[in-house]
Amino acid sequence: MRHDHIISAKQLSRADIETVLDHAADIAADPGAYAGRHEGTLLGLCFFEPSTRTKMSFTTAMKRLGGDIVDMGPVDSSSVKKGESLADTVRVVEGYADALVLRHPMEGSAKMASEFVDAPLVNAGDGAGQHPTQTLLDLYTIRENAGFEDLTVGIMGDLKYGRTVHSLAHALTNVDARQHFISPESLRLPRSVRYDLHQEGAEVREHTDLDEILPELDVLYVTRIQRERFPDESEYRAVAGQYQIDSETLSQAKDDLTVMHPLPRVDEIDYDVDDTDHAAYFQQAHNGVPVRMALLDLMLGGERE
Amino acid sequence: MSDQQLRVSKIRNGTVIDHIAGGQSLNVLAILGIDGTSGDSVSVAMNMPSDRLGKKDIVKVEGRELSQDEVDVLSLIAPAASINIIREYDVVEKHRVERPEVVEGVLECPNRGCITTEDEPVDSRFAVVDDGVRCEYCDTIIRDDIAEHIVAE
Repeated sequence: MRHDHIISAKQLSRADIETVLDHAADIAADPGAYAGRHEGTLLGLCFFEPSTRTKMSFTTAMKRLGGDIVDMGPVDSSSVKKGESLADTVRVVEGYADALVLRHPMEGSAKMASEFVDAPLVNAGDGAGQHPTQTLLDLYTIRENAGFEDLTVGIMGDLKYGRTVHSLAHALTNVDARQHFISPESLRLPRSVRYDLHQEGAEVREHTDLDEILPELDVLYVTRIQRERFPDESEYRAVAGQYQIDSETLSQAKDDLTVMHPLPRVDEIDYDVDDTDHAAYFQQAHNGVPVRMALLDLMLGGERE
Repeated sequence: MSDQQLRVSKIRNGTVIDHIAGGQSLNVLAILGIDGTSGDSVSVAMNMPSDRLGKKDIVKVEGRELSQDEVDVLSLIAPAASINIIREYDVVEKHRVERPEVVEGVLECPNRGCITTEDEPVDSRFAVVDDGVRCEYCDTIIRDDIAEHIVAE
């Protein structure tokens, strides 16, 4: 695998995905073997909006590889506050670091930033656009729990603004999964994602009711319905309850259904699901470290045999 | 040259754009950056009868031969248009427009969340897809109302 920049899940072929996941599995099996592998390497973190899991897991991944991070810190205390453009910020940080990780609230920001730097740049979330490294750890978790063969995945919640959903849909197409999208009409997949899935010949169905499809699913990927997106509070209340699950909901599911969530959750997965064998969302979050270690190692010149 | 084209006014040197869908000629002028301030003589005929299109517009620009880039962009809103290059009152070149693969700096992304709408040193860039154009930064697709997103000069 060789990509200068990781911008979108669309650029990851099935072979790329397998390479990263296999490498992550090797790392997870023996993390000590990779300690010190990138000693002296600096990863520049440019987070223009708050992030906990993604930022911490990139930091952990780099440090576990023996490298370190340079962090531009909160936007409020950076030169961005003085009106510096994103293009200038990444060009400056490139001078300090060997690779860049960018989280930004505007869609297409990672793509644009990558045009201004030579150092490898990783998109860690661009608005409602893409989040390809989340997708890699999602796929790692799916492969661990359900495998990729004859796979049926349901993705439920805010499909319109959920960048993790957009990235995952592209990647699931690459592993030939059947995809079911469950959401209120107002939060259906964006036109551009549906266009791509159609062009790629993906097997896709859209639903408003989870019950229609739950018994067929191997994986249920739940996302938060973002209250702030609704122009009308009553409209939100009308749909929010339909997209909450608890252990009772899952009684209709396959025994080996895997429930995932990119986190943070609010109320869409009841705490009583945590104690069931279905719950994989904390495992999913933890998988961020070996997967991002694998990606950074490959990007920074590590070879996988 | 047909009677209809002559009806507007014959030009000596320049370009006649024929078979523009009825009502699109002002958008064509916007794409070409023609707003009357440059001094070019421009004739426009709107909603003329057309066997092929039902109604068509015709634009004649005196003293100017369109570049391929301009023709490419025209194709987005006038895919049936034909370009006639006129020299000394004769048509010396005639061809249909062809859709380009990419148009850059011509359209504004309608997605307010797209980085190209911010004050960054980057032009908008749209890939031309089957039935519209698609922002190469945020993936937003524009289909029916492309002309509404032409960047103001």
